[in-house]
Amino acid sequence: MNHRFSLGKLFVPVIGAIVLIYLLLPIAYVVIFSFNARRGRNNIEWHGFSLDAWHNPCGAPQVCQAFGNSILVGVVATVVATVLGTLIAIALVRYKFRGRSTISLLLFTPMATPEVVLGAGLAAQFLLAGVEKGIGTIILAHIMFCISYVVVAVKARVASLDPSIEEAGRDLYGSPMQVFWRVTFPMLLPGIIGAALLSFALSFDDFIITNFNSGTATTFPKFIYVSALKGVPAQANVLASIVFFGALLLVIIVQMVNINKQKRLARA
Amino acid sequence: MAFTAFSATSKAVEQAPKKRGWIALILLAPGIAYMLLFFVAPFIQLAITSLQAPAEGNGIGQYVAALQFSNYWAAVQEYWPQLLRSFVYSIIATIIGLLISYPVAYLIGVKVRGKPMLQGILLILVVAPFFISQLLRTLAWKSILPTDFIGTDGSVIFGLIYNFIPFMVLPMFASLQALDLRLVEAGSDLYGSPVTVFRRVTLPLSMPGIVSGTLLSFIPMSGDFVVASRQFLGSVDTAMIGNVIESNFLQTQNYPMAAALSIVLMIIILIMVATYVRRSGAEDLL
Repeated sequence: MNHRFSLGKLFVPVIGAIVLIYLLLPIAYVVIFSFNARRGRNNIEWHGFSLDAWHNPCGAPQVCQAFGNSILVGVVATVVATVLGTLIAIALVRYKFRGRSTISLLLFTPMATPEVVLGAGLAAQFLLAGVEKGIGTIILAHIMFCISYVVVAVKARVASLDPSIEEAGRDLYGSPMQVFWRVTFPMLLPGIIGAALLSFALSFDDFIITNFNSGTATTFPKFIYVSALKGVPAQANVLASIVFFGALLLVIIVQMVNINKQKRLARA
Repeated sequence: MAFTAFSATSKAVEQAPKKRGWIALILLAPGIAYMLLFFVAPFIQLAITSLQAPAEGNGIGQYVAALQFSNYWAAVQEYWPQLLRSFVYSIIATIIGLLISYPVAYLIGVKVRGKPMLQGILLILVVAPFFISQLLRTLAWKSILPTDFIGTDGSVIFGLIYNFIPFMVLPMFASLQALDLRLVEAGSDLYGSPVTVFRRVTLPLSMPGIVSGTLLSFIPMSGDFVVASRQFLGSVDTAMIGNVIESNFLQTQNYPMAAALSIVLMIIILIMVATYVRRSGAEDLL
């Protein structure tokens, strides 16, 4: 009995640790190979430690252009999707109207559709409309799938707002606009920021939908896909590592702030 | 980042009686119009394209409107091995992914509860892969794994499992985080063995997380074409339906074929998901 208990006690942490290592090993690999000495364009075998790629992250043809395109696409798609998605989320939680279940379904379905189907559908549409594919069509495609995620994330936040706080605002003679901008919006902001970050992350790393709708334009993931056959230059690893550590830092700061806030609330 | 969408710890508050009005229309109109234009219309376009016939003179990529339902028959006849393979790979990868992700979710949601620092660190480790290019990570496996293993069914399934672990862990974590441990205690007080308590209390209560986690993994897996492609972990023998759709659309420009396969893929997924959701008794999730 005792023996079984200790086995059960160890099982979860051990499996957990193994899975986490499995999850993190390729990340370590990507970062380590950003320091690989250059030999041709191939970055598959280790040739020795070098800071060359870090000194010159744009040293490989097209890599920085692709990276810049990804940031441009991510920012524009995120801004548009966050605005449109937030408006929808507010309407879904706060208002009564006909056809709301149809609208929920319309917003849920893109998340339940394989990307290859979304990508092919949009590409077929652009083909019919005679639109030339490029950065513009990538952005149009990304806004579409980001809206769904923004709605889900912001809806949860709207649903957790206590309406009595807004009532208090109205009781104090705030106009509807004042109440929205001075009370509702600040309370929604953490949810909106979270949704925007999620949307940027999804857009920045999207490959499948982009591949169908990019024409000759290149994004960072597409650059990696295209150069995978001949070997991805170490510069791509450098840029990916920079994004990784930046995002990690951001998340750690947010977590720390949250934990401190919880501690303060617990003490109060 | 991504876990903000899943682990909304704040509970929904009773909302004031819903208002009616034209404001809702103004809020909804732009976003819904966008979705109609860039999500619904493309679907219709896909259906129309799937029935097109080759134009006279047989120029590459030239098709005319038609009602050629035989395109579907031709698509399934030619590519049923890839279709079947996609679903076999995805089902195996989803099951293994679930089995290895559940302990992680349990560890973070239950075992380290009350240690916010450790919980925070473990959560960050789970979402860390989202911060670094998925393609580069998949490519890293190509160098890490033995060369003989690359290009086999095993390596593609391995890659699929790898890519979707965070999508599996996060919703299950959200469910397990909300699990009331007093129920588990009550179970063992009533002389339930650990296995019985797990099977009768913990598992049913974490079912919503299991269902969303498996769906969030299975659906994208079944349409994936990166892992199974030759440049990554696959070979010519591991092509999935996504690879076929991609090459038909972008390389040979056989649009009707690609469109018909997309629609077939979508229909199979809808049937499978509907059956699964009904069987697992989690209808209210949708």
